[in-house]
Amino acid sequence: MSDTEAKVGSSGEVGDGLARSTGDQPAGPAPSADGHGPSLVDDPTLSPVTDDVAVSHHTHTPVPVVKGHTAHPDATTTAERSPARPAVSGIKLAKIRHTQDRIFRGLAGGSGLAIVLLVVFVGIFLLALALPSLLANQDNFLTSRNWTVAGNELRFGIAGLLWTTVLSSVLALVMSVPVAVGVALCLTQYLHRRASGPVSFVVDLLAAVPSIIFGLWGLTVLGPFLSPAAEWLIDNVGWIPLFSRSVDPKGSVFVAAVVLAIMILPIVTAISRDVFAQTPRDHIEAALALGATRWEVIRTAVLPYGRSGVISASMLGLGRALGETIAVMIILTQPAPNSPFTPSIFAGGETFASKIANNAAEFDSPSKTGAFIASGLVLFVVTFVVNAVARIIAERGHATS
Amino acid sequence: MAKRIDISNLDVFYGDFHAVEDVSMTIEPRTVTAFIGPSGCGKSTLLRTLNRLHEVIPGAHVKGSVKLDGTNLYGPGVDPVAVRRVVGMVFQRPNPFPSMSIFDNVASGLRLNGVKNKKLIAEAVEQSLLAANLWNEVKDRLGKAGIGLSGGQQQRLCIARAIAVEPQVLLMDEPCSALDPISTLAIEDLIGQLKERYTVVIVTHNMQQAARVSDQTAFLNLTAQGKPGRLIEVGSTEKIFSNPDQKATEDYITGRFG
Amino acid sequence: MSASSTTQAVAFQRPSGPRAVKNVLASVYVIAATVLAIVPLAWVLWSVISKGFRLLLTSSWWLQSQRGITPRREGGGAYHAIVGTLEMALICAVIAVPLGVLCAIFLIEYARGTKLARAVSFTVDILSGIPSIVAALFIYALFITIFGFGRSAVAVSLALVLLMLPVVLRSTEEMLKLVPDSLREASYALGVAKSKTIIKVVIPTAIGGIMTGVVLGLARVMGETAPLLILVSYAVGINFSPTADTMGALPTMINAGRDQAPQLPGYERVWAAACTLILLVMMLNLIARGLARASRLKEK
Repeated sequence: MSDTEAKVGSSGEVGDGLARSTGDQPAGPAPSADGHGPSLVDDPTLSPVTDDVAVSHHTHTPVPVVKGHTAHPDATTTAERSPARPAVSGIKLAKIRHTQDRIFRGLAGGSGLAIVLLVVFVGIFLLALALPSLLANQDNFLTSRNWTVAGNELRFGIAGLLWTTVLSSVLALVMSVPVAVGVALCLTQYLHRRASGPVSFVVDLLAAVPSIIFGLWGLTVLGPFLSPAAEWLIDNVGWIPLFSRSVDPKGSVFVAAVVLAIMILPIVTAISRDVFAQTPRDHIEAALALGATRWEVIRTAVLPYGRSGVISASMLGLGRALGETIAVMIILTQPAPNSPFTPSIFAGGETFASKIANNAAEFDSPSKTGAFIASGLVLFVVTFVVNAVARIIAERGHATS
Repeated sequence: MAKRIDISNLDVFYGDFHAVEDVSMTIEPRTVTAFIGPSGCGKSTLLRTLNRLHEVIPGAHVKGSVKLDGTNLYGPGVDPVAVRRVVGMVFQRPNPFPSMSIFDNVASGLRLNGVKNKKLIAEAVEQSLLAANLWNEVKDRLGKAGIGLSGGQQQRLCIARAIAVEPQVLLMDEPCSALDPISTLAIEDLIGQLKERYTVVIVTHNMQQAARVSDQTAFLNLTAQGKPGRLIEVGSTEKIFSNPDQKATEDYITGRFG
Repeated sequence: MSASSTTQAVAFQRPSGPRAVKNVLASVYVIAATVLAIVPLAWVLWSVISKGFRLLLTSSWWLQSQRGITPRREGGGAYHAIVGTLEMALICAVIAVPLGVLCAIFLIEYARGTKLARAVSFTVDILSGIPSIVAALFIYALFITIFGFGRSAVAVSLALVLLMLPVVLRSTEEMLKLVPDSLREASYALGVAKSKTIIKVVIPTAIGGIMTGVVLGLARVMGETAPLLILVSYAVGINFSPTADTMGALPTMINAGRDQAPQLPGYERVWAAACTLILLVMMLNLIARGLARASRLKEK
C-alpha cells in the first residue's frame, strides 16, 4: 500500500464534476444565493497543505475536496506504520443540495396541507349542497318518515331511517359484544400463545371479507337458515310489538343485525384482546395468590381493568355498524312507500346508508341529491361522534390505569 | 489532515434550558481528548456541539464559538450539514443501517454524498475496514447484513463508516459502554491507531479508559442540581490523573463522587 | 391428592361448590364464544367456495366477459370484472400512496409533536371515519353534479382514494415511528441532509411495513361496492378506458346478479364472482402478513 502520491488527480469523475481551484490558496468564502453560505473549509486561514477547495461555477457552495496527503510531511510517517490507511485520494463529495432539501420538505408539508384542505372541503361542500334541499323541505327533517324528493315538493325526513339504523346497529352490538369479549378472554387467558395466534388470525380474517359477500351470503344462506327461528319467535311472542310479524323474515332487520354482528366481531375482538393482554401482571398475580380460580381472576383483575377498553371497542364496532351500507342494502326489504311504522325487528326498512345506495341511479336533480346528502351527513356526524366518544373513553381509561 | 479545535466561551442551550456553561479549551490535532464527568454533566452535549449534531433537537443553540483550524463552525452562513462531513461521529450504541449490507454500510457515507465511482468506493471501503481493524473478519462476507455482526464488530463497522468519508475530526460518544471488555480493548487499540490520522475526542464515563487512551482530559461537572454543566479542569491526562489542580477533579478521580 | 381428612389435606383440595361451577361455566362460555366466532367465517367461505369454485377452474372464466350472456345462458367469464376491479384499485393507489406516505413523513419527520401535527392528525381521523357511501356521494356531487363530468371509473378511483388514504397514512406513520432515532443521527453525522436521510435511510428501513399498509389498503378498496353503485355503471363487456361511463367490477357483478333464482346459470356465476373476489382479497391479506413478518425478521 504505497503512499497516495501516485493517485493524486486520478479521480476526476466523481461527484458533480466540480472544477478544482487553480492556485494553492483556496478562494475566499463566497456567500451562496440561498444564504447557507460556503462550506466551512472555504476559509483562507486554512492550511493550504491539508485541503484543496473546489469552487463550483454553477453554485456558490464549494465543496471540501478530500484529497490524498501527498505533500504533507506526516504522510510519510504514517505510511511507515502498520495498516493506518493511506487515504483514498481525491474523493469528491457532492455539493450539498439545499434546493432538494427544501423541495422535499415542501412536498411533505404540501401533502399534509392538501389532506386538511380536502377534509374541510368535503365537509363544507356536502353541507352547502344539503342546505338548499333542507331549506326547501316541507316536512320536518328529523321527525318525518316520508321521502318524496322527485318533483317540486320536497318532503323528506329521516325518522324512519334513524329508527332502522339504530335498531339494527344496537341489535348487532348486543349480539356481538358478549361473543367478542368471550373470544378475547379465551385468546388471552385460556389459550397458549401458540394456539392463540392462529385463532386470532382466523377472527381477523373475518374483517377482510368484503361486505358485498356478507350481503349476498346473508340474503341467500343465512336468511333462510334463520327463518325457522324467526317464525318460531313470531308465533310465540309475536304479541310483543318488537317481535310482531311484518315482512318475510329473510329480509328483516333481524337477519341484517345478525350479519352486522358478524361483521363487527373482528374489531371488537381485536381491541378487547389487546386490552386484556395488557392487564398488569401484578393484578393477576395478586388474585392468583389469594387462591382465585381462573374465572375469579378474570372477574376481579382482567375485566375491571379492561372495562373502558371494551366499551371503547364496542363503540368503534357500533360506528362500523352504523356506516355499513352494502350488506344492509342487499338484505333489507325496502318498505313500501307510506307504509305504517312498525317497531318490529322482523320488519324491513332502510338505514341512512342503504337508502342512499338503493337510490344510487337516481341522483338527477340537485334538490334530490341534496336530500340524500343531508341524510349522508347525518350519518357521517353520528359516526364521527360515536368514534370520538370511543377514543375519549379509551384515553381516559388509559390515563387512570 | 487532522484539525485543531478551539472552543471559546461556549454556552449551550436547549431552548431556554442552559445545559453547558462557558467552556474554553484547545484540542491539538492528532491527539485524543477525553471528556469525563458524572452523569448529566453535559459531556455528551458538549461533544455534539463539535459537529452541530445537537441542533437536530429543535430550539438548541449556542453562544460562543468553536473553531476548526480557525474557521468558526458557528459562523454566519455556515451549513451544519457541511460541518458534519468534516467532523465525524460514532455513537454509544452501534447503529449500522439495518437495510444495508456491511459493504453498503461503510460505503453509505460516500454514496449518500454523491460519490458514484464504484472502484473508488470499493477501495475506500476496504481501506476503512482495514483502518478499523475489521477487514480480516468480514472480507469474505461483505454482502451480508450489517446487523448480523457482534456488538464489537458492529461498532468497528460504524467507525469504518465514519472514517470512509475522510473526516478531519472523529467524535466518539461513549463508544465502548455497550460492549464487552474484549471488544472494548479492541476499540481502545483502534483509537490509538486512529489518532495518527484524526483528531479524536471521546466522551467516556470510564476513567480508566480515559487514562489509557487519551492525551488530554477535560473534566466537566454540575455545580448544583438544575445548574448548567461547567468545565472544571482541562489538562494533560497524566496531570489530571495524578496531580489535578481542582479539588473537585481530585474527588471525582478518586471516586469520592460520581 | 392426600387420602385422609387431616386439616392440611383439606386446605389443598380444589375449590368446590359454587366457585367451581362458576369456573367451569366461564370456561364453557368462553370456548363456546370462540367456536361461535369461527363458525361464520368458515360458513361464509364454505358457501362461497362450494357454490362458486367450479367456474373458477374453467379458463373461460378468466378470459371472457359477460357480453351477450343472459342469466339463462351458460358461459362467459369475469375477465371484465377482474380487470375493472384491479384497474380502479391501481388508479386509486397511484394517488393515495404517495399522498399518504408524504403526509406521514411530514407528520413524523418534520412536525412531530407539534400542534400542527395534531391538527392534521385530527383531520385524518375524520377522514378515516367517512363512510364509503358518503365519500362516494361527495365525489358524485363534486365531479358529476358541479363539474358536469359523467360517471366514470376515475370517479370511483377518486372516491376510493378517500378510503385508502387513511389506511396507508396510519400504517406508514406507525412504521416511521418504529425507526430508531439513532439511525437518523448516524446519517446526519455522515453529513447527509435531512431529505436524503429520509429517502435513503429511513424509508428503506420502514419499507416492509409501509408496503403491508399499502397492500391492506388495496384489499379494502377492492371490496368496496358503494362507490361503484353511485359513480359508474356496470358494464358486461370488456372496457378498459377509465373515463368511459361504464366499467365492470367484481362487486357490481355480484350485485347485478344477486336476485337470481338458484336454478339459472346466472346464479352460479354470481357465486363464482364472489369466490374470485374473496380469493383476491384473501391473497392480498396473506401477502401483507408475509411482508410484515419478513420485515420484522430483517430487523432482528
